[in-house]
Amino acid sequence: MPDATGLELIRAELNDAHPDAVIDTYHRHGQACLIVDAEQIREILGWLRDTPGQEYTFLASVHGVDYLPAEPRFGVHYELLNMARVERVRVRAELSDPGEDALPEMPTVSDEWPTADHQEREVYDFFGIVFRDHPDLRRILMPEDYVGWPQRRDFPIGGEPVIFTNTERDVPGWYA
Amino acid sequence: MVRVSEGNGAGAGNGSHPDEEGLRDDNMRGSAPAHGRDVVARSSAEVVGTSLIERTGVEEALEPEQELMTINLGPHHPATHGVLRLLVSLQGETVIDLKPIMGYVHTGIEKSCEDQSYWKAIPFVERMDYLSYFFNMQAFCGCVETLLELEIPPRAKYLRVIHMELNRLHSHLVWLGTSALDLGAMSMFFYCFRDRDRILDMFEMSTGQRMHTRYFQVGGVFEDIPVGFEKKLRAFTAEFPSRVDQFEALLTNNEIFLQRTKGIGIVPRERLKALGVTGPLLRAAGEPWDLRKVDPYLAYADFDFDIPIGTVGDGWDRFRCRIQEMRESVRIIDQALAGLPEGPVIADDRKIVLPPRHELGTSMEALIHHFKLVTEGFRVPPGEAYYPIESPRGELGCFVLADGSAKPARVHFRDPSFVNLQCLRDMCLGGYIADMIQNLAMLDPVLGGIDR
Repeated sequence: MPDATGLELIRAELNDAHPDAVIDTYHRHGQACLIVDAEQIREILGWLRDTPGQEYTFLASVHGVDYLPAEPRFGVHYELLNMARVERVRVRAELSDPGEDALPEMPTVSDEWPTADHQEREVYDFFGIVFRDHPDLRRILMPEDYVGWPQRRDFPIGGEPVIFTNTERDVPGWYA
Repeated sequence: MVRVSEGNGAGAGNGSHPDEEGLRDDNMRGSAPAHGRDVVARSSAEVVGTSLIERTGVEEALEPEQELMTINLGPHHPATHGVLRLLVSLQGETVIDLKPIMGYVHTGIEKSCEDQSYWKAIPFVERMDYLSYFFNMQAFCGCVETLLELEIPPRAKYLRVIHMELNRLHSHLVWLGTSALDLGAMSMFFYCFRDRDRILDMFEMSTGQRMHTRYFQVGGVFEDIPVGFEKKLRAFTAEFPSRVDQFEALLTNNEIFLQRTKGIGIVPRERLKALGVTGPLLRAAGEPWDLRKVDPYLAYADFDFDIPIGTVGDGWDRFRCRIQEMRESVRIIDQALAGLPEGPVIADDRKIVLPPRHELGTSMEALIHHFKLVTEGFRVPPGEAYYPIESPRGELGCFVLADGSAKPARVHFRDPSFVNLQCLRDMCLGGYIADMIQNLAMLDPVLGGIDR
């Protein structure tokens, strides 16, 4: 992990290279996090990967988080790893909820980090975050005809009716 | 829509299926069947993109000998090690394209955890990757302990290491048995499951359950190991290396096994890292990356063990790496037993850990704490943490977002099987379909972990 000073250095250098890229940082429980602008995620991850002295080349995990009721509501986390120094840094892209049925959008990184392919699909599947230019953005774990974004905080737990033979006629869309 | 072009019947004779009319695909995206060939939808899966599966039989005038055939392997197929469906494009016997389709055993565990207090979420996360339940527990408990900044006692660390390494042996034994079965070595399955059963017996002795033990708690472990466990474990670790020798004697000189694994499924090391692959797959390609060694959590820094690595990264190297890992796990267990510290097995923080049972009859304080912990659970201060450990399949990371209440606001598992599965395509392209079975076996996916 970069220490708190190192994290602020990364923030300053990154903001010099890409203005307004880093919105905020925090360093807690020994873990470092950069809170960044979602639209610039490709430049940011590319900078962290290619800049000498940083070289966070390994993208360990991509996952979505719903911070409801905070604003901006969504976060997409990229857990980066420098294998030589065994240092991790988390990059959190912030996204607002556009409201109504519109979905939040951000650029994909799956062409340069192939590991993000399935994981971005998982984020799309559960949170309805659209990754622009993703080659194959479909649901991955939920059924393809599923409606709704099940891991959003306002999606009810148990919102799925349990279908028994005596109730299947009452479930909309199930019994034709 | 997936389309199967019917040509001169290269491979499967499915040309005159009586249900063909019913399966005909009306939604052809405006392109006519090439050369008037019959185009049949075999599945309702939508495949988009520019891969060959998509183009099969639609756009290009392929020569008869280049005829592509798209088939489903799975979801119910013994060689897929679970409910995994592989959409495979074949040219003769050669795999031209491959797409894994998953989600058949998705049970929404991550979502369910959001409705449970932290201590009640432990049994949920155990059931994700059902072959490495101690690892799932450790990832979750370790993540919550990071958020609480709670230090666990040394004895608990050692007990966790002993159980996790036993679990690694258990997981690798199931992998070895089923993989050898896929390659035609029937008896390996019985030998492996015989020894796996001894491990489960020991889990039953120390934790009360054979699988999904809920043994790890936030703050330590549930209870101390019983009298007689150590003796039984020592007998096991004394004998197990000779068992590994027997497994090796059955397979390493087996001509069929050698021919099926050597030089098959090689993916360059840099490509594996770009795909996020970790664990024995990455180590078999020559990358000495093991979180137990590079970033020692729990008590792993106290033990002397080696990280087996391969050279070229074919199926043979993957097999050798895991076999050697079993020997290293036995070494770790032996050292942990020898150096097992005395002391409590769970942290002494009454706001998080249940008070001892005998105090409840005499102490009002203990009774109140017990009541609050059981009814409401402990609260975790707001924050988020990612906690990676080395599971038998690679980096198992747990992310927990705490909002200050007694329930997690988000639990996410970075499951190694889910990420590793992405390299299956690279392993299989251009190889025979029989090699695909071998590649999948050596990949060692657990579908419970992939689908969660």
